[in-house]
Amino acid sequence: MEIITIIIPLLAAAVQSGTPILYATLGEIITEKSGVLNLGVEGAMIIGALAGFIVSRYTGSPVLGFFAAGIAGSFATSIHGVVCLWFQGNQVVSGLALTILGAGLANYLGTSYVGLSAPGFSPVAVPLLSSIPVLGPIFFNHDILVYISYCIPPVMCLFFTSTRFGLGLRAAGEYPAAATAAGLNVLAYRWFGILVGGFLMGLGGAYLSLAYTHLWTTNLTGGRGWIAVALVIFAFWRPGRAVLGAYLFGSVMALQLRLQALGTQLPSSILLMLPYVLTVFVLVMSSWRKKTNEEPAALGVNVEPAD
Amino acid sequence: MRLLKALIVAMLSLGFCTVSFAAKEMKVGFVYVSPIGDAGYSYAHDVGRQAVEAMDGVTTSYVESVPEGPDSERVILNMARKGYDVIFATSFGYMDPMLKVAKQFPKVAFLHCSGFKMADNMSNYFGRIYQARYLSGIVAGSMTKSNVLGYAAAFPIPEVIRGINAFTLGAQSVNPDVTVRVVWTKTWYDPATEKEAAKSLLDVGADVIAQHQDSPGPQEAAQEKGVYSIGYNSDMSAFAPKSHMTAPVWNWGPYYTKVVEQVRNGTWKAESAWPGLKEGIVDLAPFGAMVPQNVQDKVNKEKADIIGGKKIFTGPIKDQKGVVKIAGGVAATDKELLGMTWFVKGVVGTTE
Repeated sequence: MEIITIIIPLLAAAVQSGTPILYATLGEIITEKSGVLNLGVEGAMIIGALAGFIVSRYTGSPVLGFFAAGIAGSFATSIHGVVCLWFQGNQVVSGLALTILGAGLANYLGTSYVGLSAPGFSPVAVPLLSSIPVLGPIFFNHDILVYISYCIPPVMCLFFTSTRFGLGLRAAGEYPAAATAAGLNVLAYRWFGILVGGFLMGLGGAYLSLAYTHLWTTNLTGGRGWIAVALVIFAFWRPGRAVLGAYLFGSVMALQLRLQALGTQLPSSILLMLPYVLTVFVLVMSSWRKKTNEEPAALGVNVEPAD
Repeated sequence: MRLLKALIVAMLSLGFCTVSFAAKEMKVGFVYVSPIGDAGYSYAHDVGRQAVEAMDGVTTSYVESVPEGPDSERVILNMARKGYDVIFATSFGYMDPMLKVAKQFPKVAFLHCSGFKMADNMSNYFGRIYQARYLSGIVAGSMTKSNVLGYAAAFPIPEVIRGINAFTLGAQSVNPDVTVRVVWTKTWYDPATEKEAAKSLLDVGADVIAQHQDSPGPQEAAQEKGVYSIGYNSDMSAFAPKSHMTAPVWNWGPYYTKVVEQVRNGTWKAESAWPGLKEGIVDLAPFGAMVPQNVQDKVNKEKADIIGGKKIFTGPIKDQKGVVKIAGGVAATDKELLGMTWFVKGVVGTTE
């Protein structure tokens, strides 16, 4: 069998399995850039996945479902905002609580939707671009949500480096005291980071229930939110590297199933471990290269409301 | 949260009991491992429960999404304490918890699905779904053009391996050149992973997808690629009408109503039951329009033979390396079937 006939579908599958992680990672990057550590990505994703599924099922419009998922994600992370920004609660504990709450709430509310299907997104080939050899089938033969995810990293880069608001948000995460002295409302920036981040996490969840499959089940996100948290560190808080990391994970997830399909004699348990081995490896590698670390200096540090 | 739900259900059923006790109705409890949903394993059991509910003088209740292990013991114990007459626990991991509770409540009839332990008041039961898988293999083997069948498999345990072997033997019975490629997902219900597994099988040339997990993910993958598929548990055609040819399905109603009737008459005895096509516990879902009449006839004839006593696992059957595992003319015993950990020749994949 030609190697190319294996590699191209593998990479196309890598883009698809990487997309939900990409949305969530970008969401966590914008949250952390504002100085808030949100470990509740998994919770926001699963609430988004359920909300998207339910809205799409009742309205028949996956687009509405997709937006509803984002709003539900923002709603979920707003709990984190209330705890950390209003009440100065511990960000780590609050994030963990959000993960548990999100999973529990989604399981509880979603039980009656298990095994049903909802209208969702299907692959649409981009005219012209999809006929480019090799790159076309890998990048331009997906559903519209994948194409949207291509647009977010460049926009985020511009936002962080070239807009007043983006610079203010970074200041809130790097040195909130200085930002306050400069007359910036740090809490407002942090709310923005939390809510926009939650919106993207919700979209990542919706990718699973509206595009990757058109189904809902308990624990649909299956730990992808945690991978996103790890990827933020791998990406050094840069949206561009997040793309790389998400697709790297996507390719490992897709690869282990394809190696089995090809008839490898490796035990399936070893292959299934690969994504998690990679997570550990990625974290070790990124802490080793600590010099280029761009962790926001005030990440996880609460700010007293100025009154 | 699951625990909270279990508690609420248990509390509701407590309220229910006090009412039904006055009417001296039989109470039958069911414990499910997953949400009932609209298709799948627990759904099939719940259809059986509804048949019991429809009997005169019987009320049923169920607790869904009960994790295997200590939580399940609490749920089963709770039902026994509330005076349930018959309790069905439908997942493998409920075996030891149920055995423990069964010893404390000798007057209650306990039935455990898919395990192997027994007590004086505890049966184990399962269905010979592999017979239906053999029939579905005939359909797949007749319809494939690439002679590569893809099988999205759950966990490498004897039940699943037996199913893959039966499917392969069925396909080979009509098409000796066929190979079955296996991808393990190590999941029972994870639509995303299971769909991806099916896609990876499609990428290596499979043109019929079969599955052992409960989610319709693999069916979706087949439909998107425009190839055929075989479902599982219950009729999955709603999820992939253009692909779904048939599915090995469970039909627990006859067995459940029989057991409850026997308990009521006092004739029930603990047993190790493994009913199949003959008893109507397993069957095939209705054929899709794409399955030609001659294939349907072939399957129906084979089904009649199995009901008439034909054994699927009759030698000579070789394993993947070509070693004869079941000698010519000999049929595998139930014990051998229950402990099957090797693939027949024609399966591509490992059992590890």
